[in-house]
Amino acid sequence: MTWMQIVFIVTAAVTLGSAVRVVSSGKMLHAALWLVAALFGVAILFAMLEAGFFAVVQVLVYIGAIAILVIFAVMLTRHVMEDTGPQVIQSWWLAAILAAMVFAGLVVLIISAGFKAQLPPIQDSQTMIVALGQALVMPDGYLLPFEVASVMLLAALVGSIYIAYQKR
Amino acid sequence: MTFISDPINFIATWLRIMLANVGASPDLTAFILSVVGGGILATGAMLWVTFLIWYERKIIGRIQDRLGPNRVGPWGIFQSFADMLKIFTKEYITPNGADRVLYNIAPVLSVASVLLIWAIIPFTVTSYGVDLNVGVLFVVAVAGLGELAIIMAGWSSNNKYALLGAFRVVAQLISYEVPMVLSLLVPVLLSGSMSLNAIVKAQNVWYIFTAPLAALIFMITSIAEVGRSPFDLVESESEIVGGFNIEYSGLKFGMFFVAEFLHAFTSALIFTVLFLGGWRGPGAEQYPILGFIYFSLKNVFSYFIFILVRGSLPRFRIDQMMDLNWKVLTPVSLGLFAVVTIVAKLVQGNPNELLRGLFLLIANGVILLTTSLVMGQFAARRRRHLDERAEGQKLRVRSQV
Repeated sequence: MTWMQIVFIVTAAVTLGSAVRVVSSGKMLHAALWLVAALFGVAILFAMLEAGFFAVVQVLVYIGAIAILVIFAVMLTRHVMEDTGPQVIQSWWLAAILAAMVFAGLVVLIISAGFKAQLPPIQDSQTMIVALGQALVMPDGYLLPFEVASVMLLAALVGSIYIAYQKR
Repeated sequence: MTFISDPINFIATWLRIMLANVGASPDLTAFILSVVGGGILATGAMLWVTFLIWYERKIIGRIQDRLGPNRVGPWGIFQSFADMLKIFTKEYITPNGADRVLYNIAPVLSVASVLLIWAIIPFTVTSYGVDLNVGVLFVVAVAGLGELAIIMAGWSSNNKYALLGAFRVVAQLISYEVPMVLSLLVPVLLSGSMSLNAIVKAQNVWYIFTAPLAALIFMITSIAEVGRSPFDLVESESEIVGGFNIEYSGLKFGMFFVAEFLHAFTSALIFTVLFLGGWRGPGAEQYPILGFIYFSLKNVFSYFIFILVRGSLPRFRIDQMMDLNWKVLTPVSLGLFAVVTIVAKLVQGNPNELLRGLFLLIANGVILLTTSLVMGQFAARRRRHLDERAEGQKLRVRSQV
């Protein structure tokens, strides 16, 4: 077993453990902070795959922006301190079946595609970032999804201003 | 390579050879060298804070027509050591109902988030932690961890003033991140890279000359990100007693204190790297030690300006702070980015670098002038409006009499 594998197993265990704690912890703020830990674990996995750009973007977007906004929202709720009710809803078995089905589907998919331990050769990460940037603005690349996402964000921005705006 | 011209790499090479002679594998050698280098850098940075505190107190003292620390050692230079020893002996108090784990992690995370930035700063042409090809993004991402630390501290203290401080932090830091990232895009655009090393190497003309407005916006927003005066609403003593760190005592409080000073200094470091040409100067490529000297001089100068701002401006009100960000800095930095993109593309073919810089400088100047004109007119209209209202109230009072 190489060092890489040990680091991977520890990181994966911590990520999954924190993900479980997100849904099982009683305090909402703790859940939000466990979410941060899980997202950080994913960032470490990206870094191990030599995708430094994605690791940093993961931390920047998910921890620096989204998780902090989640925490902000949690702080504004009345259940900041503790939620003493039961942690399991009545239809838990439905969710369990769904999760099991998705898992089985993924396993079948991976096995039928032929599970390869051999990784494709990694290009220089600088050229890969350049390729990503160009793909986002190429008409035959991801220009349309990129622009649609931008328009959607703009619409959300305008909508939030409309809701918050008070006529004086 | 001799010891005089490049001491860091000289020692590193010597260590590598020695480890190889002992029989360590190349992987292990690299690992040991990284640990030693990281440890020295982090410890050096934390110890450097004792000097920074003295420097800052001395300058603020002079600004306020005082002497500053002057009892311990020559010019009071050992004052911070005395303070440090005192803070070591203080009692740790954990408030009732505090969230113990978060309460204890927060100070550590707050210092760690600043130290992480030091990993990518190029001190000389050959000495840096890592040459990350997404360096600028890394700086912004790591700043988010510092915010998280302050939120954790404010929430876990079980104190409403601490919580109020944490609320203010979220509002202020997230808002100021927007123009900060936009102003950081300008050096990235001009150099064509996000790596700090590449940005330094691309600065044949310092970016403070080609993009002075971006430098100004970056300076303002980074002062806001550190949360110092005039943006010290996070811990405004006269309003919320002490903000997020009110319940901390002893070395745990000291960690927040170290984090704040180190963050301010690190902002000056990044400013030097991005806008003042980093280690660049005559002879810096042949003799890296010269580069370190240039870097330190530029850095002391930019840190001095940070202190000058802190010492001379009063605190903003919260609505003024938000107005400045969303109504001035964000639109200006958006416009600046668009204009710089167009101008840089238009003059790209010109081989004369100075001429290209001049065009960019003119573009920056035009934007700055327009902004100040628009702001001046807006302020005049607002003043007129307020005057009219005051006049109206006076009339009403008179008619009632």
